Amino acid sequence: MPPTGRATDVLEVTGLCKTFGGLRAVADATLSVAAGEIVSLIGPNGAGKTTLFAMVSGFLKPDAGTVQFQRRDIKGLRPHAACRLGLARTFQVARPFPNLSVHHNIAIGAHTRYRRRNQALAIAAEVAERLGMASRLDDHAGSLTVAGRKRLELARALATRPRLLLLDEVMAGLNATEIDDIVAALRGIRATGITIVLIEHVMRAVKSLSDRAYVLNHGRMIATGTPAEITRNPDVIEAYLGHGAAARLADGQIDA
Amino acid sequence: MSERGRTIAGGLLFAPLAAVPLVVTSGRWIEFLELTLFTAVLGQGWNVLGGYGGQYSFGHALFFGTAAYIQALLQFKLGWSPWLTMWFAILGAMLVAAGVGYLSFRYGLRGSYFALITLAFAEAFHVLSRSFIGLTEGGRGVQLALNQDPAQAFATFQFNFAGPFLSTYGFYYTILVFLSIAYAAVWWMQRTRFGAQLVAVRENEDAAEALGVDAFRVKLGAILLSAAITALAGIYHVQKFLFIDPGIAYGPAKSVEALFAPIIGGLGTVLGAFFIHGIGETTKEIIGTFWQERPGLDLILFGVILVLVLGFAPRGIAGLLGEAWRRATDRACN
Repeated sequence: MPPTGRATDVLEVTGLCKTFGGLRAVADATLSVAAGEIVSLIGPNGAGKTTLFAMVSGFLKPDAGTVQFQRRDIKGLRPHAACRLGLARTFQVARPFPNLSVHHNIAIGAHTRYRRRNQALAIAAEVAERLGMASRLDDHAGSLTVAGRKRLELARALATRPRLLLLDEVMAGLNATEIDDIVAALRGIRATGITIVLIEHVMRAVKSLSDRAYVLNHGRMIATGTPAEITRNPDVIEAYLGHGAAARLADGQIDA
Repeated sequence: MSERGRTIAGGLLFAPLAAVPLVVTSGRWIEFLELTLFTAVLGQGWNVLGGYGGQYSFGHALFFGTAAYIQALLQFKLGWSPWLTMWFAILGAMLVAAGVGYLSFRYGLRGSYFALITLAFAEAFHVLSRSFIGLTEGGRGVQLALNQDPAQAFATFQFNFAGPFLSTYGFYYTILVFLSIAYAAVWWMQRTRFGAQLVAVRENEDAAEALGVDAFRVKLGAILLSAAITALAGIYHVQKFLFIDPGIAYGPAKSVEALFAPIIGGLGTVLGAFFIHGIGETTKEIIGTFWQERPGLDLILFGVILVLVLGFAPRGIAGLLGEAWRRATDRACN
């Protein structure tokens, strides 16, 4: 399949495949994201979402397909190189540098653009301020709560000055208030011109945040569209609720 | 204590160390302090890669031995000045480090795999230094000529006949200067992006990569600096003892010494080095007093003490002291 190649595309993924042993984790996945968009990637557990992220960000080598970032082929680029080009990711299970302070954690991200130590620390303090972490700068990252760690993941990624953020379940395990905080923070980030792709299970956030969503199931893209279109799509309902669920739902046999 | 705090604490030790000759006149005690500082240099070299970078090498003898052999052989075979050969010794150790580092880090060897590959390389060099007799003089070792002319003491970098003061303290100050260089290098490193990225790689390599850290390059940089510092220990050793052989150069003793000091002492390697030699000397004394000569018994006792330290003070002596300090200040504040 030839790339569609819209002029504003930040990320263009075509025909991406990855097999682990006999398992087809991702099969022929295609996705494109325009500048300034917030795009959600959803799907049941084990659908291949994180594998897709790992291939885009350089942690896994795709078996086939292409990855273009800002119309430049980045397939096979190592993660740090992708990051320097402006593509930052977070991890589903937060990976703080536990023995370093929050401030020094974020400064590692800032060092991507700034060599000097005090410059990186200044940028880190700025980013922490923006995400409401200023009071925790001196805390050890290992002492943070789940919500704190998720926020730190976001802050570190943001400190690398990315053009595109790949966020892997930044809201998982958070309570309603914390989710509202993150949603507001992501809106603020988008307002600064950063494009966002997020893997998310929290449907409320997906609906309120994203312009478009892709649905991955068993490694295949089964649907794409606005969040409203997606939630009405019979294939998507079946992917989540099982074979025949869409028909039964339409008949009124089960409640949505 | 923070890493920075430990460096400062380590730095504060230098003033009394420099003043030691005012107090200590016993040759035996100077010997003891010299060997302690020698271990501290080895330990600080290891610490750059192991403590800051989290890459536990079990084969630092590789860098120590290579530097020692180059330092000895260039003088022995070509008659070069020791002040010239030392640069080649440092360079040689760094070249070996580049080779080992490239192979291990390029192929992503971490943890025990990295420990094993360094151990294997050290052993390989051990065997090679025995078998390439034409180059290394083999198992017989390299014996340098002793200079007995006081006027030539500095030119030959030998203080054995350099007058009353230098013959006792010359090598003490040599190793103290080397240790200062090692500490200055680490102090500088902690203030740079390289140092920050190195610690990030230790803490979580994947997360560091995701944040734009080229983990391969950073680890390669660390092993090069580590080897350069370790080379200083090798240069000192050759000038002091005027002898090197395969067992001293590449045997496991130096590799173990290099990693014990930082592990026992915590990141304040000077403390660890004092502890190792303190315990070593004490156990030898105790055994000598009660059981006369029993070769190896001191090592068993030493091993037991090491296990106890690791069991009860996993963050080393510096960790214990930091904990005690925190408790004391907490009590004072309440």
